[in-house]
Amino acid sequence: MSALESAQQLKAKFGDLVGEPAEFRGEICLTLAAADKIQEVAAFAKNTLGFDFLVDISSVDNYGEDPRWTVVYHLRNLAANTELRLKTNVSEEKSELPSVLPVWRSANWHEREIYDMMGIRFSGHPDLRRILMWEGYPYHPLRKDFPLAGKPTDLPNVAFTKPAPLEGGPFVTVAGGGDSIGREPRVRNPEE
Amino acid sequence: MSSVQDIEIRDTAARAAQAADDLQDMQGERMVLNMGPSHPATHGVLRIVLELDGEVITKADPDVGYLHRGDEKIAENMTYTQFIPYTDRLDYLAPLANNVAYALAVEKLLGIHDKLPPRCQYIRVMCCELARISAHLLGLGAFAMDTGAVTVFLLTFTEREKIYNLAEAASGARLTTSYTRIGGLFRDIPPTWCDQVRQFLKEFEVSLAEAETLLTRNRIWVDRLRDLGVISSEMAIDYGLSGPNLRGSGVDYDLRKKQPYLCYKDLQFDIPVGSVGDCYDRYLVRMEEMRQSIRILWQCVDKIPGGAANAVGEPVSIPDGKITLPPKAKVLSSMEELIHQFMLVTEGVNCPPGEVYFGHENPKGELGFYINSRGGGVPYRLKIRAPSFINLSILGELMPGCMISDVPVILGSLDFVMGESDR
Repeated sequence: MSALESAQQLKAKFGDLVGEPAEFRGEICLTLAAADKIQEVAAFAKNTLGFDFLVDISSVDNYGEDPRWTVVYHLRNLAANTELRLKTNVSEEKSELPSVLPVWRSANWHEREIYDMMGIRFSGHPDLRRILMWEGYPYHPLRKDFPLAGKPTDLPNVAFTKPAPLEGGPFVTVAGGGDSIGREPRVRNPEE
Repeated sequence: MSSVQDIEIRDTAARAAQAADDLQDMQGERMVLNMGPSHPATHGVLRIVLELDGEVITKADPDVGYLHRGDEKIAENMTYTQFIPYTDRLDYLAPLANNVAYALAVEKLLGIHDKLPPRCQYIRVMCCELARISAHLLGLGAFAMDTGAVTVFLLTFTEREKIYNLAEAASGARLTTSYTRIGGLFRDIPPTWCDQVRQFLKEFEVSLAEAETLLTRNRIWVDRLRDLGVISSEMAIDYGLSGPNLRGSGVDYDLRKKQPYLCYKDLQFDIPVGSVGDCYDRYLVRMEEMRQSIRILWQCVDKIPGGAANAVGEPVSIPDGKITLPPKAKVLSSMEELIHQFMLVTEGVNCPPGEVYFGHENPKGELGFYINSRGGGVPYRLKIRAPSFINLSILGELMPGCMISDVPVILGSLDFVMGESDR
């Protein structure tokens, strides 16, 4: 069964919940309209369609847009050697979606990492702690409104508490700036 | 728990239950032992909080992140080309392979990953395989040393030194190679490089055989590794393991075969798989992978398009001024090339909007890059699927039931590197 056929089966099973399969560079990508259903869709993909290997879970911060978060699941069917990307959007107010840990155990650390880096919570995760940053760190550093240089933390003597000295540094480029001022290397700080 | 029972019960969970039964009336207070982050057996800065009942581990909680540098955040703030040096520092035992993986991911986004010049593909494959040997040699040497066989470490490091010399000859740097560019390589290999590789392969075959005689049938080595840290194939898939750890559990999945990239489909090599999924199987898989890498390298040095010296001038980069830098002489004499160079350096390679995932068979497992682009020269989001990070997540399930002296063996057999795990 090809990835496209699997995507169509998912669409047939879940109807309007699943958008049209999009193809880019040979990869099939499906968007799930309701993030609450991710666990059921994941279980169907694993148990019926054979996507037994969860390659990765990533998250995207669509800063300034609504919904703010996109969570991206990369699934692989080892036997058929097909891959499928599943995406779902989560609003900033909610910032929560069901955990897929009951489906794939490898989701454990991926979800902890996303919680740590983006601040998206996974309901039903038994052990949702920070993983890369230390326990008690107050921010979520991969959010687009977190400055590259860092922020002073409220925990002196735990780690460095001053921003890194790179403001206006020569190696920081801003994405998609239309003119030379927009592209000029600056530390991004959207609060200003 | 006697050593005979160790071999009888292969499943760690069942062994833990058995150990608990055996020690029922001896069970007392649990002791918590903090192992790492600075411990020679953790190969970097991994910390494991072990809960012990006597010498038997009842709970293990790995704690990663001591080497977190925010590579994904950094990537969002610079052009695709500027991020290449950061990939050196992911799996710092195989920087060349990381460079290739990242370049291929961006090239996939550009839609040019299957249009690379043949010479570039062969050089990249050789880089990947040398990196694989180098990484496995370090993994093997450190693994053996943690288990008490120091001689192997000396042997493997002698050979690694030669690979560093080869990397230096090709890229100018021994560790921070940054050899690839988006659309090719930043320079061709020197004319004598293929002969140097041949010389290395001849010497390496001998010392690999020597290392093998020291270990593979060594009674102490086998007794310590066999039936320890058993990962069933279902468990390996469920935990998303990749690379030798997945294949050691008997799952025949190698991206070089399953999703061939570069010129791997033109080369003959076999994928070794384990049967039991214990530490010994993972060791054997890595040994055989090194031999297969030797096989690939022999084919590459013979078949490389343009020959060793490249007298015919085969390109090593896509000759497209919008992707790779034009030759300097042209930049100084022609307007168009000057504009191309200026645009590439200031704005980066102009990538289309879209998202791609590219998984590369790195020495440690599947190194994947998920690039979410909104167009332009900078990724909107770049996620690194670090194989070491995912391979470590199984520790919490693997360790309970083992003895504390098994910890270095299990860690060595999983062969992780924290620079990649913590990103």
